[in-house]
Amino acid sequence: MTSPAVTAAAPAAIAPAPATTSSTKRFVLGIFDDEDVLLHAVDNLRGAGVKIYDVFSPYPVHGIDDALGIERSRLPIAAFFYGMCGLAFALWLQIYTLGFDWPMIIGGKPAISLPAFIPVAFELTVFFTCHGMVITFYTISRLYPRFKTPVLDVRSTDDKFVVAIELDENSSQMPKLTQLLRENGASEVNQKEMTKF
Amino acid sequence: MATLTHHHEPAAVEQLAHSPKAQRTFMTIIGAGILVLLIGIVAALMHWGEHHEAAGEAAGHLNAAHDASATEEGHSVLIRRIVVSLWHSNLFLVGVSGIGTVFMAIQYVAYAGWSVVVKRINEALGAWLIPGGILMVLLFVVGRHDIFHWTEDGVMTKGSATYDKIIAGKSGFLTFSFYLIRMIIYLGIWIYFTWRLRQLSLQEDLNGGTRYFHTSINAAALFLVLYAVTSSMAAWDWVMSVDVHWFSTMFGWYVFASWWVSGIAATTLIAIFLKQAGYLRFMNANHFHDLGKLMFGFSIFWTYVWFAQFMLIWYANLPEEAVYYNQRLGGFNGSYTWIFYFNLVINFAFPFLVLMTRDAKRQMIIMKIVCIAILVGHWSDFYLMIMPGTLKGNNGFLIEIGIAMILLGAFLILLTRRLAEASLIPVNHPFVEESVHHTT
Repeated sequence: MTSPAVTAAAPAAIAPAPATTSSTKRFVLGIFDDEDVLLHAVDNLRGAGVKIYDVFSPYPVHGIDDALGIERSRLPIAAFFYGMCGLAFALWLQIYTLGFDWPMIIGGKPAISLPAFIPVAFELTVFFTCHGMVITFYTISRLYPRFKTPVLDVRSTDDKFVVAIELDENSSQMPKLTQLLRENGASEVNQKEMTKF
Repeated sequence: MATLTHHHEPAAVEQLAHSPKAQRTFMTIIGAGILVLLIGIVAALMHWGEHHEAAGEAAGHLNAAHDASATEEGHSVLIRRIVVSLWHSNLFLVGVSGIGTVFMAIQYVAYAGWSVVVKRINEALGAWLIPGGILMVLLFVVGRHDIFHWTEDGVMTKGSATYDKIIAGKSGFLTFSFYLIRMIIYLGIWIYFTWRLRQLSLQEDLNGGTRYFHTSINAAALFLVLYAVTSSMAAWDWVMSVDVHWFSTMFGWYVFASWWVSGIAATTLIAIFLKQAGYLRFMNANHFHDLGKLMFGFSIFWTYVWFAQFMLIWYANLPEEAVYYNQRLGGFNGSYTWIFYFNLVINFAFPFLVLMTRDAKRQMIIMKIVCIAILVGHWSDFYLMIMPGTLKGNNGFLIEIGIAMILLGAFLILLTRRLAEASLIPVNHPFVEESVHHTT
C-alpha cells in the first residue's frame, strides 16, 4: 500500500526539517491549480525568505528542483556501485560454476570464455542497478509499504499542487504566510497537523 | 536558474554571417588533405612501410601472383586504394547527411519540441546528399571493379576460369543495372524528402501557421518508413556486398547504428562550434544534455548490435561466417587487429565512461571531445567494414585520411552555405518556444 503520491523531487535531498520536541508537526498548505503559477509562487516565496518543506504534485513538474533549490541527488553514484556489484557477481557466478565447479565444453569453446559471459553479465548488471536504485529510492523517500500512509492533502494525487511550509510551535507566521500564498495564486490555504510524518 | 519561469525572451531570427575565417579553415582542411594524400601516394610509390609485402619477399612468386590478380580485377593497388577510400569516406558522409533528415523526421512524428533549436543543423547536414550521391554513382560506374569483386567479368558465368558458384547464386540481385537502379532509388528517396522537409520549413519561416508543420509530419512519417527499408538495403548493397561471400542478418541495423550515432555527434559538434562562435543564443546546457544522452545511449546501441553480430558468428563458428572476423582479427598479417580493438574502445568504452555523468553532458568541452571521438571512431568502423574485403593486406592510412579530409572540407563548405541560407532558429515552428524553454 504505497502512497500513489509521487513527490516532485527526491525528498532525500531536502534540507532536514527543524528539530521539534514533539512528534507532531504543523504545516500550512498552499493549494495550487496550475504548475506555472506554482513555479512562480515557489520562486517568490523563496525570494521572500520562506523555507518550503516540500511540494507535492500529481506528476513530476519540470524545473521544480531548480525552483526549490534542491541539490542533486546522489542516487546515480549508488547506482554505479550497484551495477559494479551486479557485474562482479555475474562474472563470479559464471567463472566459478562453468570454470571450476562443473566445467563443461560447450560448442568447442574453453570453459571460461568471456564473450559467452557478456549477455549474462550485462543482464545482471542491469538487474542489480534497477533493483538497488528502486529500493534505495523508496527507502529514502519513505515510500515503502506501511499500514497507514501519511498524506498532507490527498488531492495532490489527483489534480492539485500542494506547497507545504512547516510552522513553528505557536504558528505565529500563519497570517503572513496565508497572505503570501494567496498573493501568489494559491486557490486555498489550509493548516494541517501531522503526527509521525 | 534554468526554470520555466526565468525565460521571457521570445525566439528571434538569427542569421549566420559569412565568415572568411571559417572558409579559410575549410580550405586548410582540404589543403592538408591534399598534402596528406600526396604524401600517401609518394609513400605508396616508394613502397615505404610495406610491412605486408615484406613477408612475401622470400616468396617472390606469391607477390607476383598477387599483383596479377590485382590487375585482373581492376587497377593497380594505388588506384584501387584511392577509389576504395573515396567510396569509404563518401559512404560515411552520405550516411551522416541522411541522418540529418532522419533525426528531424523522428522529431516531427514524435511531436518533439526540444530539438527545434538544432533543426536547422539537421537540415544543413543534408547538403552533402546530392554531391555525395553523384560521387557515389560515378564511383560505382567507373571504379566498381576496384571495389566489388562480384562485378568482375566471368565470375557469374559457368565454365569461366573465375567462375564462383556462391557469387553466381546471387546473380539475381547483384547485377550492374539492378544495383545502379537501386542505388538511384535509395538516394532519390533520401534527396527528395530532405528537399521537401527543407522547403516546408523555409515556407513556414515566411508564412507561419501550423499548416506546414502538419504537412511535414505526413512527409516525415512516409520518409521514415521508406528510410527503414532503403537504409537497410543500402547497407547490403554498399557495404556488405564488398564481402560478397559473407552475409549477416544484423548488417542493416549495424550500418544504420553507425550512421545514426555519427549523425547525432555531427549535429552536436556543429551546434557546439556555432555556440562558441556566438550563435544559437537559445541553445543551452539542457539541449546539450539531451543530445549527450542520445549519443551515450546510441553508442551503447551500436555496441549492442556489434556484439549481437559478433557473438552469434563467434559461437556458431561456421566457416563461411567466421571468415569475416578471421580477416579482421589477425588476418592479413594482423593489419586490422589493432583497429578492431580501437573500434570497440573509441566507440563504446570511451563515450560510455566519459558521458556517464550528468555534468559531462552539460559541458561543451567534454561533449566536443566525445563528438570528435565518435566521428573518428565510426569512420574507422566503416574502414573496418570495407578495407579487408577490398584492399585485403594492401591497406594503409595516409591516402585514406587525405581523401577523408578533402571530402570533409567540401562537406563543411556546403553545410555552412546551407546554414547561412536561413535563420538558425526556425522562428515560426509551432514548438519553438517549447524548445527555447526546454529544461531537462
